Amino acid sequence: MTSVESVIAASTLPPPRDAFQINWIRLAPWLYTIGLFVVWEIGVRISGLPHTILPTPSRIFEAIVQYWSPIWKNSLQTLYTTVLGFFIAVIAGLGIGLFIGWSKTIYAGLYPIMIGFNAIPKVALVPILVIWFGIGTVPAVLTAFLISFFPIVVNVATGLATIEPETEDVLRALGAKKMDIMLKVGIPRSMPYFFGSLKVSITLAFVGSVVSETVASNNGLGNMMASAQSNFNVPLVFAGLLMLAVEGIAMYALMAWLERRMTGWAHRSTMSN
Amino acid sequence: MLLPRAIPLRERELPGAGLTQKQAVIMSPLVSIENVDMRYGGPGGTLAVSGLNLKIERGEFVAVVGPSGCGKSTLMKLTTGLHIPQGGTVIVANQEVTKPVSIVGMAFQNPTMLPWRTTLENILLPLEIVERHRHRLRANKKEYVAKAEALLETVGLKGFGDKFPWQLSGGMQQRANLCRALIHEPELLMLDEPFGALDAFTREELWCVIRDLHASQDVTIVLVTHDLRESVFLADKVVVMSARPGRVISEHVVPFARPRQLDILYKPEFNDMVQALQGEIATARAAA
Ligand SMILES: Nc1ncnc2c1ncn2[C@@H]1O[C@H](COP(=O)(O)OP(=O)(O)OP(=O)(O)O)[C@@H](O)[C@H]1O
Ligand SMILES: [Mg+2]
Repeated sequence: MTSVESVIAASTLPPPRDAFQINWIRLAPWLYTIGLFVVWEIGVRISGLPHTILPTPSRIFEAIVQYWSPIWKNSLQTLYTTVLGFFIAVIAGLGIGLFIGWSKTIYAGLYPIMIGFNAIPKVALVPILVIWFGIGTVPAVLTAFLISFFPIVVNVATGLATIEPETEDVLRALGAKKMDIMLKVGIPRSMPYFFGSLKVSITLAFVGSVVSETVASNNGLGNMMASAQSNFNVPLVFAGLLMLAVEGIAMYALMAWLERRMTGWAHRSTMSN
Repeated sequence: MLLPRAIPLRERELPGAGLTQKQAVIMSPLVSIENVDMRYGGPGGTLAVSGLNLKIERGEFVAVVGPSGCGKSTLMKLTTGLHIPQGGTVIVANQEVTKPVSIVGMAFQNPTMLPWRTTLENILLPLEIVERHRHRLRANKKEYVAKAEALLETVGLKGFGDKFPWQLSGGMQQRANLCRALIHEPELLMLDEPFGALDAFTREELWCVIRDLHASQDVTIVLVTHDLRESVFLADKVVVMSARPGRVISEHVVPFARPRQLDILYKPEFNDMVQALQGEIATARAAA
């Protein structure tokens, strides 16, 4: 068959590549980020905005160095609450997603409830969580969990509920039980949806934990920014934002890497829904 | 790839080994569909088939043709127990069908290979499900893999077992699909327009694969198709269905001797039969 020959041909011929060629695509994110900071720095300097309104990046980095110890401590705290909440969301989201996707009836019955629940702004739940658990780590973890588990549930359930009827028929005709179909087809099939949803979820988890820390905690980046704001320490507020952005990007990249590792097949095949 | 047809159809050894010729004659047909009504979506839904009667003997190759939407796929699902009819009875292997029967292999137009499994793993999938094999699979893995590889070779896919389905062309996926339908040695092979999406050359090649399979193994085949030449080339009996609600309006025994070669497609008798079928279906469509 010709495809065999072409595979061999392609693997023996080294791809023509110039060793000194700069890989612009890989460099682009760094260049653009640096560009953004440069434009920001110049813009603020030219317009003469006071740093209590919009500090320059250099002033923000200065603040990071100056307040490194509290920034580091609070960053770790926020990362901890976020990741813990996200972790619970992954477990619960997988479980609930599998449960909902299990049968059409459960899917039909629970879906509207889930939508309704998701429409509630989670910040409105923080006071309730504070009544139940007091302020601090627990409400932050729970808010991160509540805000981030929904995309996981929806994606896992969708992956299960959209099994091709033909695939199901082929297996059922062999005597497959619901459990077999879920294990052999449903769950592997929903994995790309699941890993895809982790990227969305982790960023939402940061929103949840920071919101909760801002209104109901004595530590974490949310709390740090809130108190810096009341002291008019605007550079520190921005330093907090920058730390959040860094943590967010790092976790997102981790999830994207995980997705590629676990479900590479879904990126190379066209998955029909 | 041509396997000689060793024994004529009627005298082939039956799956229930040890049966004499006489017992075989009095044995009931493998599939017997009696006066079946099937309606989708509850009362007031679409009546897909009505008053459907069909008998399929062991070892027979039956092709089902008819206007689009007449209930051919429904017939397949009734036979395999994927749907239970509201009226009438479906009997497969002397048992009334009340749940999916496990002696069948199915293949559809859409190959439905699982993209996260290699072709070989896809083909082995039925063995992980079928009661008879699933407990033996782990211990006898080698034997099963060898069998899958032998099947791949028969359909002309030797050495492609470790490729993923998305690395195969549509025609190659369809061949693998056939292997998957055959791996657990089903007594009854149900093919629902399996070659619909293929080019003419691949299709004719696969016709020969199916023909040789049927000749070399004890398998009863039901093939749903829109291609009348395909039905006449392959089948012992062509069943024509009416427009919806579907029922069988006629059955034609195909008189051509086996083994049939592709050049039969250009013989006048062959074309006469195809044309007669064509006319019948046109009338059935007009009657709707
Ligand atoms: N799951 C379903 N729900 C409701 N109606 C259905 C369903 N499946 C089939 N039908 C209806 O039953 C009738 C027969 O369908 P079926 O799929 O058996 O036709 P077919 O002969 O296989 O058609 P085609 O040749 O186009 O594949 C059609 O009119 C269709 O609308
Ligand atoms: Mg059909």
